[in-house]
Amino acid sequence: MLSLFVPLVVFGLLALVPQLSVDVPRLFDGPLDTPGTLQILALCLLFGGVAMSYDLLFGYTGLLSFGHALYFALGVYLTAIGLSKWEWSLARTLLVVALIGLIAPLVLGTISLRVGGIAFAMVTLAFAQAGTVIVAKNPDGLTGAEEGVFLNVDPLPEFFVGVFNMKNLYWLALGYAAAVFFIVRWATDSSPGRVWQAIRENELRVQVLGLRPFSYKLMAFVLASFLATAGGVVYAILIGGATPEVASPNLTLSLLIMVVLGGAGLRWGALLGGILYTFLDQRLPALAGSEQVQDLPSIFRTPLSEPLFVLGTLFILLVFFLPGGIAGIGRRGRRRGLRLLDEAVRPEGARGGVVDEAEAQA
Amino acid sequence: MSTWVLLTITGLGLGAMYFLIASGLSLIYGLMGVLNFAHGAFITVGAYASWYAQGKLDGIGSIPLRFLAAALVGLAVGGAIAILTELVLIRPLYQRHIEQVLVTVGLGLALTALVAGIWTQTQQVYLTPMWLTETTSVFGASIPNDRFVEIGAAVVVLVGILAFFRFTRYGLIVRAGVENRAMVMALGIDVRKAFTLVFLLGGLAAALAGILSGVYYGGIDPARGTHLLIYAFIVVVIGGLGSIVGSAAAAVIVGLMQQYANYYASSGVGDIAVVLLLAAVLLVRPGGLSGAVAAH
Repeated sequence: MLSLFVPLVVFGLLALVPQLSVDVPRLFDGPLDTPGTLQILALCLLFGGVAMSYDLLFGYTGLLSFGHALYFALGVYLTAIGLSKWEWSLARTLLVVALIGLIAPLVLGTISLRVGGIAFAMVTLAFAQAGTVIVAKNPDGLTGAEEGVFLNVDPLPEFFVGVFNMKNLYWLALGYAAAVFFIVRWATDSSPGRVWQAIRENELRVQVLGLRPFSYKLMAFVLASFLATAGGVVYAILIGGATPEVASPNLTLSLLIMVVLGGAGLRWGALLGGILYTFLDQRLPALAGSEQVQDLPSIFRTPLSEPLFVLGTLFILLVFFLPGGIAGIGRRGRRRGLRLLDEAVRPEGARGGVVDEAEAQA
Repeated sequence: MSTWVLLTITGLGLGAMYFLIASGLSLIYGLMGVLNFAHGAFITVGAYASWYAQGKLDGIGSIPLRFLAAALVGLAVGGAIAILTELVLIRPLYQRHIEQVLVTVGLGLALTALVAGIWTQTQQVYLTPMWLTETTSVFGASIPNDRFVEIGAAVVVLVGILAFFRFTRYGLIVRAGVENRAMVMALGIDVRKAFTLVFLLGGLAAALAGILSGVYYGGIDPARGTHLLIYAFIVVVIGGLGSIVGSAAAAVIVGLMQQYANYYASSGVGDIAVVLLLAAVLLVRPGGLSGAVAAH
């Protein structure tokens, strides 16, 4: 019971944030209940949710996918195109998004899961690249190339429209994050979920036990992708449209950083990582514009004003010095998670053996 | 006919750049099990270093000489970055493949962002000797001369790597290491020197690809490296991980296919077609053309 109590309290407290008129100096420009601040917070929660969906693949099942952003972008673009270009109703759009959000990962997952380890990473990256190309190519003027698609807000319920309803959008994002949290929790505690974790630890052993890893991996792939697509729908409503950045390969890399930042395969890890990463990504440019940074000589100022440089460097340091992520602080032996994942992607010739052990001791 | 010749030679030129990138990736993966995401940054850094040198070397009056000198600077910087990456970031994480991949992801993002921060996202004009932008007539088609340089460079690198593998002791160690690293180490050979060597080769080839891409596209921008890297990944998977000859064959196929489809169908179709080809190869032969199975 207690394990359910903590998340409910946390999400409950987060739901109160839009009612607080508290000023948080330095971190935010305005009080917590202003639309600008709420939108940043909503984005943080949303990407926390998407990061949790990615953690289902990477942290729990040991599948290093570099194409997760494709399914997020699918949700964003289908919602924007359905509502704006095809002028569908909200219900119809959601239904189509849900259907495609299931079929696409089923087909693409079936193909890419034919290879494992690093080859799987490269293949998922290639599929994601195809998505990027399609978005940039702007077929029939649907994706709008670099300009993206503005969301037609008419089919949306009124309480999601406009700056003054930002707190409702915040609750929508919070609801999404909470839903993903409980679904991931339920799924990883279920019996297929245990098989996922077994696959992460030793796929061969799962096979020897008479289970087909392929079907379980596909299950995890489809569930994770579907959750990411749902996140894309929320994103389209929150931002009011679709922009090509959501289809860029960098987004998947960002998701990877979020998960490792928070702690892969840990209950609160991906959510924390997603929130922190998005916050830094949103706020670093503003911090770099602050007077203290502007006074620095250009050799320090230029790198500091590039969020991706700061985040990339931070990420490297993290992998070296804090491999368990934020949620792994204080847990001894949490290097385990990443180390087990290593085994999953190790090339055939290098697996096990006396030499590896000798090297590990050296 | 002349269009077809132009497309074919241009496709081969593109394939040549893919091969230069893929050869390094494939060797690094084959020997060390590291998928090097920072490879795109090596391309970008090599290209920008040579471009920067072009501006600083204005004492050299002759453009071709200045281009060559700058290209050497680009190669040196690309090789140096690759060696540093291996020594500082990859070496401490031996045997921890996921962490190695993550570190190269971070490095790739950080370096590309740094280049964009210093020289902006916009394309910079790349100084090229006149001769490279002139055309030569082949079967009635006017082919820009740089295509021949790209193809020639790729052939030289391919032959060079193969000869290096066949005739030198280090080449033998790398080849044996790709086959079975544990066995090489059990024989008392320090395979770590080979790791650094392979990174150096990969970095040089990537920087060369970056320089040639500056000539091919007439300019350089920070995102180009990552863009080329994705197609190089496709080439590596189609060719079979760890196989140089497989990468060469796949690079030719991918380059040609992309050019043909982009021209005869419509722009962008070629890029999708390449991904479909990848899917088809995986369904038929999960181990790629060379069949060295990386799948479980």
